[in-house]
Amino acid sequence: MKRGPPSTGAAVQRREGLAKLTGRERYVDDLPLEDFLWGMTVRSPPPSPRGSITAIRFGRDVDWSQFVVVDHRDLPGPNVVYLIEQDQPVLAAGVVRHVHEPVLLLAHPDRDALRRAVHAVEVVVEPEAPVLDFRLPSRSDEIQYGPDNVLKHLRIEKGDVARALAQAPVVVEGEYETGAQEHVYLETQGMIAALEGEVLVIRGSMQCPYYVLNALKHALARDETRLRVIQTPTGGGFGGKEEFPSHLALHAALLALKAGRAVKMIYDRGEDMAATTKRHPARVRHRTGLTRDGRLLAQDIEVLLDGGAYVTLSPVVLSRGLIHAAGPYFCENVRIDGRAVFTNAVPFGAFRGFGAPQTLFACERHMDVIARTLGMDPALLRRVNLIRDGQSTATGQVINDGSDRVAVLERALDVSGWREKRRAHAAFNAARAPVRRGLGLATFYHGGGFTGGGEVYLKSRLQVAGLPDGRIEVRSANIEMGQGTLTVFTQIAADRLGLAPDAVVIAEADTARVPNSGPTVASRTTMVVGRLVERACDDLRRRLGLSESARGDSVRAALRDWHRAHPDQSLVGEVVYEKPPGINWDDATYRGDAYGAFAWAAYVAEVEVDLRTCAVRVTDFVAVQDIGKVINEILARGQVQGGVVQGIGWALMEECKWQDGAMVNNQLTNYIIPTSDDVPPIRVAFLETPYPHGAQGAKGLGELPIDGPAPAILNAIAEATGADPRTIPLTPERLMTIAEFGMRNAE
Amino acid sequence: MRNERDMTTNSAFRTPHSALEVSFTLNGTPTTVSVPDSERLLDTLRYRLGLTGAKEGCAEGECGACTVWLDGLPANSCLVPIYQVRGRRVNTVEALDPAAVAPLLDAGATQCGACTPGVVMTALWILQHPDVLATHTVRELMAGNLCRCTGYDGIVDGIEAARP
Repeated sequence: MKRGPPSTGAAVQRREGLAKLTGRERYVDDLPLEDFLWGMTVRSPPPSPRGSITAIRFGRDVDWSQFVVVDHRDLPGPNVVYLIEQDQPVLAAGVVRHVHEPVLLLAHPDRDALRRAVHAVEVVVEPEAPVLDFRLPSRSDEIQYGPDNVLKHLRIEKGDVARALAQAPVVVEGEYETGAQEHVYLETQGMIAALEGEVLVIRGSMQCPYYVLNALKHALARDETRLRVIQTPTGGGFGGKEEFPSHLALHAALLALKAGRAVKMIYDRGEDMAATTKRHPARVRHRTGLTRDGRLLAQDIEVLLDGGAYVTLSPVVLSRGLIHAAGPYFCENVRIDGRAVFTNAVPFGAFRGFGAPQTLFACERHMDVIARTLGMDPALLRRVNLIRDGQSTATGQVINDGSDRVAVLERALDVSGWREKRRAHAAFNAARAPVRRGLGLATFYHGGGFTGGGEVYLKSRLQVAGLPDGRIEVRSANIEMGQGTLTVFTQIAADRLGLAPDAVVIAEADTARVPNSGPTVASRTTMVVGRLVERACDDLRRRLGLSESARGDSVRAALRDWHRAHPDQSLVGEVVYEKPPGINWDDATYRGDAYGAFAWAAYVAEVEVDLRTCAVRVTDFVAVQDIGKVINEILARGQVQGGVVQGIGWALMEECKWQDGAMVNNQLTNYIIPTSDDVPPIRVAFLETPYPHGAQGAKGLGELPIDGPAPAILNAIAEATGADPRTIPLTPERLMTIAEFGMRNAE
Repeated sequence: MRNERDMTTNSAFRTPHSALEVSFTLNGTPTTVSVPDSERLLDTLRYRLGLTGAKEGCAEGECGACTVWLDGLPANSCLVPIYQVRGRRVNTVEALDPAAVAPLLDAGATQCGACTPGVVMTALWILQHPDVLATHTVRELMAGNLCRCTGYDGIVDGIEAARP
């Protein structure tokens, strides 16, 4: 019999895969629930993003005695959703700062009656001057935050940018804009709250059970012993279920506490798209000094983010955006200045990439603008400037990870057929057919784990318990939302102790049962938390009195022996995060090692542009990355393919239409995401240069793939058409308005 | 813009209706339900019959997460009023042979799983009707099922691997 096969790198099947494929997986709206009320939200209406609530009128056609009604006065604790800054109310109390702000909560056993009741409430808002364009300076009557509506200002400085720019033989400037993006997780936000004895139990779709627990603890003024948060199988997150579920959990909890019954709240797609967070819109300006042969001398970068109407996670989104803004290049003189500004838009929040996709779009599109200015091959420009081991990033982090970034680039060029295709396309386009072809490149990087001292601050804890039957149980708060946590943790633990994958149990992410191993965000789960799984396995082995090399049968036997000797006792290996040696960050000066490790990538997009319709079709896509170690190839490839397609959507078709600071195309009929027929196969290749402090050598992967597609695609469009697009989403309508393109089109 | 709806108008103008008795064949079994006449097949399946495999992703026939077979053809059950099901055959993901999905599992066709039951219903229909592959690509045939996780390669590869 085959025993304890090492599962490293092997394509171990997704653990919950069969349940998902046969419809047996139970998401929050699928759970059997008896005697409950549906809950819904009454929100502040357009057209007044900002103002005072002067009246709330309940329609006469509704028998309100049948409804549970909650407003801000029902909060037992402070009216804030606990996060970085305590500025966002659970329910609006007198003032609103954006359209769709939650004002009242209603509950009723009949969902249709509830929908009619929501529409029978009129919230009257006396308007004040709103800020709706983050790019314009605020007038005095628009100031709502600090002296200038700036939520956060950060600066990274290295060398002497002013002097280097003044002396540079070539200076290239550019301005780039990126739009908001909606997550479109296929499962909308949903939550159930119920009192079980004295304990308020929350079950729902979420990335961060302990964020939800914290938010409940503060706003409900309820101690942790009377709170329990259980993550249900989560149908996609992409950051959209990082901070927002705290709001929904509080809303469901308030209704359940007032009703004395279980309450279920499930957003329909329209409400989910209109009222929840999105990717921050951004404007990035570059001023770059170079030698005539393309060596970077100075990078002067200015980043502006639309922060929306509350702080949410904007300061840390800005931070990650700035740290990635200079790209994976070496430059001695760098200045990155960034601001997130308050507007009266529905708040923006976490979205896969977390600021980096915006700044890397600008950086990588700008590299091609530079290449065109210098008359240089875009691949050569990047090869000349890619950071080498021993050189430092903008924050002064010396890169020494052994990864060969030029090899990553070369591999992408080889796999995509860069040189041959560029020649072939030039010949094809010279025939002046109505369809033009182009190839575009982006080289980029993504830091895994929390920024700077974030992981130290989190103090993540994780347990691996030894069970009496010889199996082990991994207890972490890190959740499965499709990205593969259950499978990868299984492999990591099985490999560490030489057990078969089915001897590993992953505990449900239930705050009553698992320690706080931190949020499931920031590409940290495999790299950082996976390493905790390994160390907790080691701790378990120590507690069993086994040597470090003990694996397989000896571990299983020791587990059974221990439990025979200690009946009814539990055996738990437990670890707390420890900062890897040699990693130092100074938050005051924004200098130092911003991340434990960066993953490196080079993506190549091929496009066809129809000059008659301005329709762009991505015809080939090659994604090459060094992620340290591929733990499960099918899962890793799936992360890249999914991220790339989400990036194709952001680049070409996903446009949030705004009115009064709220999304008005809040339905899948007119917010277009890619279908299977809109995208080509995504060709993926991995290089592996192990990171010694990541599980099995792994670096973070989840966010990396959304950083590269947009610039690669726009660079390809520029190559195909001669146009100079600077803004995404580059819809056909937008492409048609680009002047140079129109001129060329008319030739 | 007129075509862009208010965020909660989905079903907002429903008014209470009288109960309706509807008999149909569900996964091979004769079934009768007494439901409000405005109810959607999706709600009947999920909230009355406990068949929660089909999901509501958009409620307007865009995403395909609610796909079932109606008289043997894939249909968005969010767009089917229950009264239209009278006397017809409905098949849901729950009735499928688990062995049939193995190639999809191997290829990485599911990640978060919210779109997956709908994807599976369309995918298995394609595999049972290979003649459509003579005139359409798998990517064209799957374009009515939105997936936000896989980028579609896992789904397309799984179907290709299972092709007769």
